[in-house]
Amino acid sequence: MKNLLTKEYKTVSTVKGPLIFVSDVRGAALGEMVGIKLENGETRSGQIIELNRKTAVIQVFGFTDSISPDTTSVVFREQSARINLSPLILGRVFSGAGEPIDGGDPIAPRIRRDIHGTAINPVRRESPRDFIQTGISTIDGMNTLVRGQKLPIFSGAGLPANEIVSHIVTGAKVSRAEETFAIVFAGMGITAREAEFFRNAFDSSGAREHSVAFLNLAEDPVIERLLTPRYALTVAEYLAFDLGMQVLVVLTDMTHYCNALREVASSREEIPGRRGYPGYMYTDLASIYERAGRIKGKAGSITQLPVVTMPDDDITHPIADLTGYITEGQIVLDRGLHRKGVFPPINVLPSLSRLMNQGIGDGKTREDHRQWADQLYMFYARGIEQRKVAAIIGEEGLTELDREYLKFTDEFESRFVHQGMYSRAIEETMELGWRLFETLPETELVRISREMIAKYRVKHGEHKT
Amino acid sequence: MSKIVKVSGPTVQADKMSGCFMHEMARIGSEELLGEVILIEGDTATIQVYEDTQGLKIGDSVVRTGELLSVELGPGLLGSIFDGTQRPLPLLAEGLGDFISRGAEVESLDRNRKRRFTPSVKKGDTVTAGSELGFVQETEMIRHPILVPVGAGGVVAEIGEGDFCITDVIARLENGAEISMLRKWSVRLPRPTAGRLPFNVPLLTGQRILDTLFPIAEGGSAIIPGGFGTGKTVLEQTIAKHANADIIIYIGCGERGNEMAEVLREFPELEDPHTGKPLMERTILIANTSNMPVAAREASIYTGMTIAEYYRDLGYRVALMADSTSRWAEALREISSRLEEMPGEEGYPTYLSSRLGAFYERAGRAKCLGRPNESGSITVIGAVSPPGGDFSEPVTQASMRIASTFWALDYDLAHQRHFPAINWLTSYSLTAPMLAKWYAENGRPNWMEMVKEVNALLQREEELSEIVKIIGLDAMGEKERIEIESARIFREGYLRQSSYHSTDAFCSLNRQAKLPELFLDYARMITKATDEGMPLEDILSAPMAESLLRLKEVSEDGIEEAVGKIKEKMDSYFKRGGEA
Ligand SMILES: Nc1ncnc2c1ncn2[C@@H]1O[C@H](COP(=O)(O)OP(=O)(O)OP(=O)(O)O)[C@@H](O)[C@H]1O
Ligand SMILES: [Mg+2]
Repeated sequence: MKNLLTKEYKTVSTVKGPLIFVSDVRGAALGEMVGIKLENGETRSGQIIELNRKTAVIQVFGFTDSISPDTTSVVFREQSARINLSPLILGRVFSGAGEPIDGGDPIAPRIRRDIHGTAINPVRRESPRDFIQTGISTIDGMNTLVRGQKLPIFSGAGLPANEIVSHIVTGAKVSRAEETFAIVFAGMGITAREAEFFRNAFDSSGAREHSVAFLNLAEDPVIERLLTPRYALTVAEYLAFDLGMQVLVVLTDMTHYCNALREVASSREEIPGRRGYPGYMYTDLASIYERAGRIKGKAGSITQLPVVTMPDDDITHPIADLTGYITEGQIVLDRGLHRKGVFPPINVLPSLSRLMNQGIGDGKTREDHRQWADQLYMFYARGIEQRKVAAIIGEEGLTELDREYLKFTDEFESRFVHQGMYSRAIEETMELGWRLFETLPETELVRISREMIAKYRVKHGEHKT
Repeated sequence: MSKIVKVSGPTVQADKMSGCFMHEMARIGSEELLGEVILIEGDTATIQVYEDTQGLKIGDSVVRTGELLSVELGPGLLGSIFDGTQRPLPLLAEGLGDFISRGAEVESLDRNRKRRFTPSVKKGDTVTAGSELGFVQETEMIRHPILVPVGAGGVVAEIGEGDFCITDVIARLENGAEISMLRKWSVRLPRPTAGRLPFNVPLLTGQRILDTLFPIAEGGSAIIPGGFGTGKTVLEQTIAKHANADIIIYIGCGERGNEMAEVLREFPELEDPHTGKPLMERTILIANTSNMPVAAREASIYTGMTIAEYYRDLGYRVALMADSTSRWAEALREISSRLEEMPGEEGYPTYLSSRLGAFYERAGRAKCLGRPNESGSITVIGAVSPPGGDFSEPVTQASMRIASTFWALDYDLAHQRHFPAINWLTSYSLTAPMLAKWYAENGRPNWMEMVKEVNALLQREEELSEIVKIIGLDAMGEKERIEIESARIFREGYLRQSSYHSTDAFCSLNRQAKLPELFLDYARMITKATDEGMPLEDILSAPMAESLLRLKEVSEDGIEEAVGKIKEKMDSYFKRGGEA
């Protein structure tokens, strides 16, 4: 085996936040991994993020305490961060930096890959179009998830994003009969309690054996989080495109990831973009989110479910904003619904699945699906507006029709959005929607064609239209 | 020899570069990655690298090429899909597989394919830059003239006829110049024309709200600003499908891979509504997705624009879609920050608006160089992605100062699933007045008045809706209720248009000539009926309202009849005071 410890430098000149500067380095490459050896024999890892004639700038993935220009030496590994891959990786748990933490042996390398990946050639992409039934009406019916999509959950502090994600990953129908399914979990800056919650959920649903987890906990080094999703996605690509599995990837919490990115940027004294986040955050996030998808001629798929906790519930915050600009939609949780006890508290109005149309309709879900969903949206949007008006002038000030809209809206939230832990099949979801339409006169169903109304409208006859 | 002395993000610095010039291409490192000189200080040059810089080292070689960053132009561009520096993505996939790794060098245009060249000049003819030497039938619809290159000209000594590859000589001039079908042009340099022409023809998009209220002129420029998920991409793609342009250049600049895959899947199957041929035959795609190199993203819009100019010079009407110009601006910002330039607003370089201006200025209608009787045009439609959907940010503001047409997308409309989510109160078209004559000559003499009336209706609704929020609809006067109802029906029945509905996605001019009048007639009629004392309930429950809202389901063949029927019903219903 080639000696990886060829170059050792004792020329650390500066230690600053998560960065160290090493002088007089020769032959080092951008992106190369380094080992940082402390006086006490401990080794931490880092990566070269900028090079000039004199200095290599290194971001340290561990803590920087005890690093000292006098006693610390740096070893260049001559390669970027990599991971060993083999089918035996299923069922394993790793640290956020890719080290096994489940007591098992390191993975014997069948394949070794750079964790940064490269872009899928757009002409090789297969467009996602296979419906995934999550059992959640607001998703399946109105913001349908398809295989190969990246669909984040926009949450707020204290809202049950983890519960929803675990409900989806453990209950969703992702694979067909002859296919295999896997979960890759990347936890970034999550608490031990959250990690425990997912572990239990995976264990009790039997998902454990077909899952791989990378855990960077809140107390783990912050900068290590920049590696965690990349390890996870490299494994996901291996499972999906080498082994042909249908892979669901959970990335939680992207907010902690972005904050690590900001920390590095500010130590480099870069010109900050909005709210101190670096100007290249869009590109950096894209290098993660764009690793979802399908490839022509390959059986597998990667579907991503990132969790973004919006600071102050602010959807215009750069983390949520840039995520929304890259992902194929978003599921937005709502504090108001949560307070009312609605579970899952999904606000459908700002939620969106851009790939919905490809996954629904005749032969996939049902022919009336698109129109039906458009109609629900229109009714609910109008009802919410009336609710605001009623809050000012009282319900009496509304017209009779608008009062019916209000009633629809209340029922929509309590019967359709709210479903507890119960999972609904898509047919059940659609039936429920048609039943809610009965609250309003048939002439209001203008987003649905007459043909579909004739075929699917639940006959009731109570209306005095 | 030049060597790398610094690597920072997508840029490298090289020493011993004296003699190099701005925008010169260079080859970097052992993999010979493509780069372009963007800053020269003494004998050090900063180079933006069009591929991933990971793995580059101090001391790696840098080789100058002596050429400007340029694209290849000639028959065979149509139907292609390129990355930001014009590498054909299908060829990259053949060489590299499903993922794009680095250092692949491929030719933009196929060197081996022979095409039939038919001459239009003969020996002894005098030709100048831009004169047609002959042509190639590039697709069934597109006759591709082979022109005398810019800067050349003279007396034809020899002219070929028959099958040629693009690098073969097809003509020789007496001054010794040899001409093939292949051209190269620097992407940062606008191609010359024989002069601009005024805006007087609309580019028809088949989108009711656009063609009727905010039309874009052929040769004009429009921007589509909107927060995420408000419908920029769907609108760009819908226009790419339906616009009455000859050639579409679609640039996916820093956006999603799946969206490009979707275009690639759909366009070959869809028909050009104007010619019936597969849409892909009039389309060229530039795909530099968000996870592809940032510097190539910066170059991508120029690559697309230069190809657009080439087809304009051949005499075609080109529509160029750039989704999203904000990602281009961000690439510019990222590279600028590596140059340690003094940042302007929100970290963008101070030359952001002049660069944007220079780009949009390349749009226009023009007389063709060397063939002044012919003209071509480039219409540019650029998406803008403002952070947080806030239009006060620098890219939106700078673009607004330049573009003549402004289609503002609105979160609220998008959340209600009212698409296209174009805000009818804030959008505008500065070129609309120049198009009135064209509309008049094409069967719509009252177009300007109709637009005024519609705007007044929508503006009135906005004012009233403020009052409704305070006192409630029920407390509004009858007259106001009627005004609100008229506006609602117009919005829902006319302005709303689904890109996913087979008959609704495209609306012909013929249909656009009939429908607004019908809706306005209805508004007038219900106003009159109230004045004459017809009870409000009877008016609001008039069955024609629903028919109006469902007109979009009616196919082109049936529309005449459907409109006639509604008119008849309207007349009798309101005359008889509400009895159906
Ligand atoms: N004209 C339309 N007709 C029907 N649906 C539409 C239309 N425009 C947009 N939509 C819906 O809105 C969704 C989002 O649209 P789109 O992807 O174009 O947004 P965008 O503005 O490009 O967002 P981003 O900036 O994130 O790329 C679409 O997936 C589609 O469901
Ligand atoms: Mg878009």
